[in-house]
Amino acid sequence: MSVMSGKELPRDGRDLEGTELHERLEKTWGTPPGLWAWISTVDHKRISKRYIVTALIFMLLGGILSLVMRVQLATPESGLITPDRYNQLFTMHGTTMMFLFAVPVMEAMAVFLVPLMIGTRAISFPRLNAFSYWIYLAGGVLLWVAFILNIGPDAGWFAYVPLSGPEYSPGKRTDIWAQMVTFTEVAALAVSVELVATILKQRAPGMTLSRMPLFVWVSLVTSFMVIFSMPSVALTSGFLLSDRLVGTQFFNPYEHGDALLWQHLFWFFGHPEVYIIFLPGVGFVSHIVETFCRRSVLFYPAMVLAVVSIGLLAFGLWVHHMFATGLPRLGYAFYTAASMAVAIPSGVQVFCWIATMWDGRPRFDTPLLYVVGFIFTFVIGGLTGVMLASVPLDLQLHDTYFVVAHFHYVLIGGAVFPLLGAFTYWFPKFTGRMMSERMGKWTFWTLFLGFQLAFAPMHWSGILGMPRRVYTYPAGLGLEQTNMLSTVGAFAFAAGLFMFLENAAVSLRRRANAGSNPWDASGLEWAVSSPPASYNFAHIPVVSSRTPLWDNRDHLPVMTGLRVDDRELLITTVMEAKPDLREPSPVPTAWPLIAAIATTAMFIASIFTPWAVVVGAVPTAAALIAWFWPKGPETPEPVIQ
Amino acid sequence: MRRALPLLLPLAGCDTVQSMTGGDGRQGALFNDLFVIFAIVTLVMLALVLTGLIASIFRRHPAKSSVPGENDEARDAPFRPLLIGWVALIATGLLFLTTATYLTDRAMQARAPANRLLEIEITANQWWWDIRYKSSKPWQTIRTANEIHLPVGIPARITLKSNDVIHSFWVPNLAGKQDLIPGRRTDTVLEPKRIGVYRSQCAEFCGAQHAHMALDVTVESWADFNAWRVRQLTPAPAPATPLALAGYNYVTTRECASCHAIAGTPASAQVAPDLTHLASRRSIAAGTFPMTRGHLYAWIADPQGAKPGNNMPVVGLEPNELHSVIAYLETLK
Repeated sequence: MSVMSGKELPRDGRDLEGTELHERLEKTWGTPPGLWAWISTVDHKRISKRYIVTALIFMLLGGILSLVMRVQLATPESGLITPDRYNQLFTMHGTTMMFLFAVPVMEAMAVFLVPLMIGTRAISFPRLNAFSYWIYLAGGVLLWVAFILNIGPDAGWFAYVPLSGPEYSPGKRTDIWAQMVTFTEVAALAVSVELVATILKQRAPGMTLSRMPLFVWVSLVTSFMVIFSMPSVALTSGFLLSDRLVGTQFFNPYEHGDALLWQHLFWFFGHPEVYIIFLPGVGFVSHIVETFCRRSVLFYPAMVLAVVSIGLLAFGLWVHHMFATGLPRLGYAFYTAASMAVAIPSGVQVFCWIATMWDGRPRFDTPLLYVVGFIFTFVIGGLTGVMLASVPLDLQLHDTYFVVAHFHYVLIGGAVFPLLGAFTYWFPKFTGRMMSERMGKWTFWTLFLGFQLAFAPMHWSGILGMPRRVYTYPAGLGLEQTNMLSTVGAFAFAAGLFMFLENAAVSLRRRANAGSNPWDASGLEWAVSSPPASYNFAHIPVVSSRTPLWDNRDHLPVMTGLRVDDRELLITTVMEAKPDLREPSPVPTAWPLIAAIATTAMFIASIFTPWAVVVGAVPTAAALIAWFWPKGPETPEPVIQ
Repeated sequence: MRRALPLLLPLAGCDTVQSMTGGDGRQGALFNDLFVIFAIVTLVMLALVLTGLIASIFRRHPAKSSVPGENDEARDAPFRPLLIGWVALIATGLLFLTTATYLTDRAMQARAPANRLLEIEITANQWWWDIRYKSSKPWQTIRTANEIHLPVGIPARITLKSNDVIHSFWVPNLAGKQDLIPGRRTDTVLEPKRIGVYRSQCAEFCGAQHAHMALDVTVESWADFNAWRVRQLTPAPAPATPLALAGYNYVTTRECASCHAIAGTPASAQVAPDLTHLASRRSIAAGTFPMTRGHLYAWIADPQGAKPGNNMPVVGLEPNELHSVIAYLETLK
């Protein structure tokens, strides 16, 4: 194959195929070895893996904290840890799990999978993607370094004012918490914007909205939820920082501020956040069910509508966190109804998965076991959620261990079980290796039974009057047995997680021989090699159904004509995914890291002086200008048909 | 139905002084009824889901064509009526539960008759409860701390305020929670139906000693309540022994009096719990310890060791001072 003559640029297809194409694409898209390339890479798959590994490390740290708390609570009036330390522990546990594990790990899965599922070569705004990882890392490190230095936050992951305000939380603990929230907001917003643009504009030709894989739908909905909910917490944590640092009085009731303002703004973010964590689980489960039941999930339109309606309802029920605050009764009626209404789309989803199992030919490999564990656990959590939506019940159950049980059923059952199933399912795609099936089944049962033992007794602890966030409880209230059971269960669950990581580590040392589609699945991500090449697809696939690999078993139709000597993406139309433009994709650069370092310095310094925002804006702006410096006329070209 | 709730609690064994299953107040009993309704409906729904799940797992799946995903859309159709029926069932269940919720909520809110026999103002502080029994006659106002007494069968109107951060007032045996929010005034009604002693605990995280912010609730007959009220209206007796007198002198002239009040003595500061009838209470330090001489010693000698982080400083009493202070405090019945 010779160099193209004249104005003809080298493009994939017809004359360029096979090894030669691979080598030239790899030269264009690949990340060469070496530290500099590692730092400057903008490959969505590499950044996703960093995100996932980091999030798992934070999960382990947060999990260790929960074990220490469970030891403290195993017996009444235990003196193992001081109240101050305990309050740091539960604040760090909640903050770490929500901000540093659950949301980032779900977004990281989408960053890896979405471009592969929709058949494109890169995520949109790949440099922003690199930037978001560095910012996320900085926020997490800030929080944990503070904790290790014994200045970790201690006002709860929800940081209610006035307890978190300047008067009752002196020192820098709460400022560190609030600024960590800022870091994770920036990171999450960046990823969400990338995902929305990728999903709406980079789908393979023919992948109309009604042919989009369910996980892509879920990613689209959760990304929009992040975009609409994060500004609320950004605003309120900004208010808090400003109250603490420059003496504003947003939350001070004695200066015409309002303590409840915080709760409204926080939960307007905080409740959608729960669904931002849970909905990706819906996506994972749908894909696992389809693959292992050999049948696409029933009623695709109903599933999509269910996901979208949960996304909408999520913004209408934040006040159910505030039933005890004494707001007007009539308003409560709306939030009760909205909270209960979530049971309808959730019920539709559960129906569709079970019916798919019924009608298909299920094979109970580890990922499908996680789905079964998920349905059992999540339905229980959902039903206790219906209880909590009822004002008279909530006024008793609110802020007790019943609620602790409820949201761990929903978050671990509804999000972590599907996530572990998804790790097992996509592990070959990420690494080229299969996880051990035998070990996987042992792991599942340990996790499942350990979970039930840890969290089921908490329902009773709550009914017996145990409030949340207490570092100890008196003997004689009947709380001894339930708490001891929870502690034993927590250690069993931790053992299960350890087995999972052990399985992954052992599998990683095996030879990469998984093949591109080990489960015989239907989605485009299984059309590429495992692990995928840097450019994902040698040719952009063309899609004519929801299950392309099942319907075109012999030969997936492709589209050719993208440049191979430069990074070029195919842009398609929003609704019908018709080929529209060829657009250049950014090359690797270290500027996102430099911009992240400048931003980090500005954020951290602003904990100590508000002037840091002014001074710190200069290096940040300089880094951004260098990052976006125009490199010549690179305008999108129309597609050559 | 009221008896049914404990049946759902195999581990509970019996009702305790801090249990939602108590149903010892009007709202608490209504809660129990509603909880049982919800428990039945949700358990039925759970059973339906699990039946479907187990049936789908263990069903003998026909070995259809080996090609996955064949005719999937066409095969969806037979399930359509089932899905519609399932959604209708969920919607009906939710409608039923929502209606039950509204009716129970209204029943709970039904205000007590206009004769305001009992009006209590509770002010939360980090980490103790300031209690005032209000009266139109100032000399009949009672101030106490960390305990309330209620006559059985009579609705008590309770006004809730906070001096610092957000707390939540909750007597699980009697009624649900109500937050105490600085800058706002909230209220609730307690209507105890059974004589007994109960325990209330702060239910909103409020800082270092949130775990040790309890309130003793005594529900008693009208006669017993009145006797208690009359006793609370009396000022502290003069110390009778030399040791108690030494204690009196210390308490009313040294550090103690800068925060605490004892009616009938010069000690009249309002920032800490009222001590006038300290020794008649069931517990010390907002339900942290039972009221015994040993615990009183431990508390006065080293409040920071006994309840770390609380606002009572370590005064550093000499042993003889400590003995005399305890001797005096024990006379405050």
